[in-house]
Amino acid sequence: MDTETTVNTHVTSKASSRGLARMVARVGQIRELGLLAVLGVVVAFVGVQEPRFLALSNIEQILQSIAIIAIVAVGETLVILSRNVDLSVGSIVGLSAFASADLLKGNPSLNLWLVFFFGCLLGAVLGAINGVLISYAGIPSIVVTLGTLNIYRGIDFAIAQGSQVNAYDVPESFLSIAANRILGIPLLIGVAAVIAIVASYLLRFSRQGRQVYAIGSNPDAAEIIGIRKARIVFSTFLLSGLLSGLAGVLWASRFALVDSHAASGLELLVIAAVVVGGVNINGGTGSILGAMLGTIILGTIQSGLEILRFSPFWLQAIYGAAILIAVTLDAVITRRVGRLLTERRLR
Amino acid sequence: MTPAQPLVELRDITKRFGDVEVLHHVSFQLFAGEVHALVGENGAGKSTLVKILAGVYAPDSGSILLDGEPVILHNPSQAQRLGFAVIHQQPSLFPDLDVAENIYMGRQPLGRFGRVDWGLMYRETNALLQRLDAHFDARTPVRSLSIADQQLIEIAKALSMETRLLVMDEPTAALSAREVEDLFAIVRQLRAQGVAILFISHRFEEIFDIADRVTVLRDGAHILTKPVGELTQAETVSAMVGREMSALFPKQEAAIGSVILEVRGLTRAGEFRDVSFQVRQGEILGFAGLVGAGRTEVARAVFGITQPEAGTILLGGQEVHFSSPTEAMRHRIAYVPEDRYQHGLVREFPIVSNVTLPIWQSLSNWLGIIDQRRERAIATDYYNRLRIRATGIGQLAQSLSGGNQQKVVIAKWLATNPRVLILDEPTRGIDIGAKAEVHRLISQLATEGMAIIMISSELPEVLAMSDRILAMHEGRVTGEFNRNEADQERVMFAAMGQVTDGH
Amino acid sequence: MKIVRSALRRLDIWDILLVALLIAILVMGSIQTPYFLNATSFSLMFSNFSEKSIMILAMMLIIIVGEIDLSVASILGLSSAILGFLFAAGWPLWLAMLAALISGGLAGLFNGLLVTRVGLPSLVVTLGTLALFRGAAYIVLGDRGISNYPDAFTQFGYGTIPGTLIPWTFLVFAALTAIIALVLHGSWVGRQLYAIGNNREAARFAGIPVARIKLLLFVVSGLVAALAGIIFTARFSSSRADNAVGFELDVITVVLLGGVNIFGGRGTLLGVLLALCTVGALRSALGLADYPDQVQSIIVGILLIASTLGPNLVRRVQDAILRRRVAPEQTLLQRSTP
Repeated sequence: MDTETTVNTHVTSKASSRGLARMVARVGQIRELGLLAVLGVVVAFVGVQEPRFLALSNIEQILQSIAIIAIVAVGETLVILSRNVDLSVGSIVGLSAFASADLLKGNPSLNLWLVFFFGCLLGAVLGAINGVLISYAGIPSIVVTLGTLNIYRGIDFAIAQGSQVNAYDVPESFLSIAANRILGIPLLIGVAAVIAIVASYLLRFSRQGRQVYAIGSNPDAAEIIGIRKARIVFSTFLLSGLLSGLAGVLWASRFALVDSHAASGLELLVIAAVVVGGVNINGGTGSILGAMLGTIILGTIQSGLEILRFSPFWLQAIYGAAILIAVTLDAVITRRVGRLLTERRLR
Repeated sequence: MTPAQPLVELRDITKRFGDVEVLHHVSFQLFAGEVHALVGENGAGKSTLVKILAGVYAPDSGSILLDGEPVILHNPSQAQRLGFAVIHQQPSLFPDLDVAENIYMGRQPLGRFGRVDWGLMYRETNALLQRLDAHFDARTPVRSLSIADQQLIEIAKALSMETRLLVMDEPTAALSAREVEDLFAIVRQLRAQGVAILFISHRFEEIFDIADRVTVLRDGAHILTKPVGELTQAETVSAMVGREMSALFPKQEAAIGSVILEVRGLTRAGEFRDVSFQVRQGEILGFAGLVGAGRTEVARAVFGITQPEAGTILLGGQEVHFSSPTEAMRHRIAYVPEDRYQHGLVREFPIVSNVTLPIWQSLSNWLGIIDQRRERAIATDYYNRLRIRATGIGQLAQSLSGGNQQKVVIAKWLATNPRVLILDEPTRGIDIGAKAEVHRLISQLATEGMAIIMISSELPEVLAMSDRILAMHEGRVTGEFNRNEADQERVMFAAMGQVTDGH
Repeated sequence: MKIVRSALRRLDIWDILLVALLIAILVMGSIQTPYFLNATSFSLMFSNFSEKSIMILAMMLIIIVGEIDLSVASILGLSSAILGFLFAAGWPLWLAMLAALISGGLAGLFNGLLVTRVGLPSLVVTLGTLALFRGAAYIVLGDRGISNYPDAFTQFGYGTIPGTLIPWTFLVFAALTAIIALVLHGSWVGRQLYAIGNNREAARFAGIPVARIKLLLFVVSGLVAALAGIIFTARFSSSRADNAVGFELDVITVVLLGGVNIFGGRGTLLGVLLALCTVGALRSALGLADYPDQVQSIIVGILLIASTLGPNLVRRVQDAILRRRVAPEQTLLQRSTP
């Protein structure tokens, strides 16, 4: 048969190309290992100079401070994986924070679960508005969310009218939520971890989760094979909004003082964390684990700079440098591997 | 050989877009275990028919019968469920994902609690790949595979779906001869298993090689369906175009002058090694070889898109180095790229701006303002010379047919007044009529004294058009033939890697 | 006459809507307060947009070639900080201004090199440099504010040409606008920008130096942002590290509102100027009616979304009507190509 001859011609290249393909497949894992290594270097560097940095209480504090960003970053990761971007998350967090705190100020006896439900619902509605405009009206996500960034923040101002909610305006029980512990783990960290784990699981083990990657990798092909692209993209924005809404309530609980500027500019921090975590801004590759590591790295750098008594003025510059170094390294490594591949194939 | 009951029957299928009827009462039958070729010029309605079978479009009237029962295809996934698989011209895969996910996306096997069963998916994929003799495994990222391997994934996908009707829309357009043979082996295997295959191609050798029956469409109407044995190539062509075609490749004799371009020992790691050739005034040098043999890469290096690592390029005896296409153009080299959508056209621009794109600067005054009257005059000149068919030079390039788009791209390069014209797959994906016109044009340019390099994966085209033929295999030149000593077999051998002098 | 006709032909539906909106705002504004339509308020209106108006012009060019520059406000802050730092250190003002300009150009060059040489997406690069350059501004100036600038300098910032109500900064804007009008819509360079934005690869294959042009545009964007930094410093007579935080979003908003396609290749100077006037008039009308800045943002945000939604809907309606006429092959082609 014809097929036998083709087997023979391929046999020689079989072994080497298979090994190489494995290597490429592993680049994804290498990326997360690389992030861990970077984290290790940062921790070791600061820890050697200031052992206090390694104390459990300090580590806990770092995680506490980034938990809210981590929750928002989970939603942002979903959005970016599907080749979109959500610039409105900061405004959703801010609006949800103010609205829920204000609600509680007006009705101090309100069940706290209801407040959380309200915040999540508000976030979900705002996310759904983004989703409808992107998925069903066909407007690019960067345009829609740049618009709603302005709109949601504007609504926040319109409601607040320059007022703010102070710690004494809301019940003590609300403020202590963020500090609560369950099984010894601070609630805030626990919530963020659970959300990250659930999202990771769904991205890996549900069909819809895999379809997010498919859409990000090749939106047209996804449609040809019958994936409901509009519905999936809509869902990612809905979830991003919902998680931002939840993060807003937690924000109000943690910081106690909420005005209409709350969480301004958070979107850039979140996107930076996701990108440092190796999620490709053009969709298709990346993981929640990576995004979480990115968030932790940025949080650790910040804390390290504080503990080493660096001028806070250095913080932003180092943030920026971290983003640029991360993506540059990523691009260089990816290109090397790609070049290696084509060279081998022709040898 | 064929059972009495057709597997799929198309009955009176009519489809119109607005006032234009694209398919006009088309009826024919597809039997289990046959390869059925569907041919017709571009615009004959083949693609629309494919999209109807894929569940993308619904017909305006008429019906599709499966096993004698009428079915309605609402969407692609429903068509798939009924066993209709479509392999589109360009593999549409997910480069970031692995082979297994590309095959099973959206229908991954589920284990307990509805979770994707990765282990099962990898096992089944590897079994499929083994059936196809693939040299990669389920975990290979698709990004690292060649086009031919990607096509194999599309076939594996069809195999994984209990396919009863396999529609292949020009599956061989991007494949080399050897890869086509591999593909056909699989097609024959599927036929033996009782799958009906609807095979669309512009290449007659392939149709007469693989098909059992042929259906011809013209202007949306069904012209004939006949067993392949009862048809000749000439009859098929005249059925397609509705007139007798004189010659497919009208090569005129040109006076061959002195050497214009000479390449010596050109090397670029991973792409090509030690490539040397000459091309003379008025000469057409054909580049034969398999896809991926390095022909396009050589052309790109000559045109300054990439830089060779070793070797020299001589132009009229002078050594030249190009660090960008701009410099190559300054030395009057032009390159009509392989992929006209990605590299050739600005689809959002009208014909006129596309034609004058490389020469805008020279049409401008000291302030940089473009002389629009001259611009239009130049574009109109080429528009007429190349017989571009459109509403005028103001029509947007995106709304032209493939053949006319290709003419616009060629016009663009002619506008730079080149001495050396490199054409990379100049007739890929354009219909017979347009193809003949492009051939006529190339041949005419040679008689005007242009030195032409023509890269083509269609051997008959290379053989008919070239004064001299260079065969490449895996980055090396494996044979050089004069027009009179070249024949299909010898060139093919060289392109397959047999060095002709050695054997 | 010919110019008018070709300008009219370029007007698309969105431009016409913008004009209608602008007129509506002007009418409503003048009904609300009689001071709205006088020259002083126009002069003030522009003054508020002195920096943004020129940054918008540069951003438009960058977006037309399919890139984006999120770092412009940070470059503005950095150049203002450098200007202040050097001036406070005793440099002559003109030299400090020159240094500020050069720093802006270098910042743009840095962006451009990362985009064109390393091949990173500009969205990510300039997100990084948004933080990096702002951080650099803090490193230079800390939380100090430099404010003892000479009168002549601050006069340039908020003053008007003697005998008129035309702000000095308007001259800068007008000059840049004239240059860009010529380059973008008359010259071969402008055509190349559109070609790059529509099909980068085809442009490169046709001998257009894509990388060099993009690099140049990032440098221009940096220089313009630095110029805006000098104007900002002069106008408020103050250099602070946090000058103009968040301006980038407003700048991008106006460009997109003007009908420039976020993916490049489409958009006109006329549309962007109309958007600038509309947003300017809207902000000052709402300002006069005592609506705070951020509430005005709601309307700007809605306009931004409408700017894409509107034409999308119009196109759908047109398609539905045209479908009767368009050849089938044409529709197939449009469907199959992204």
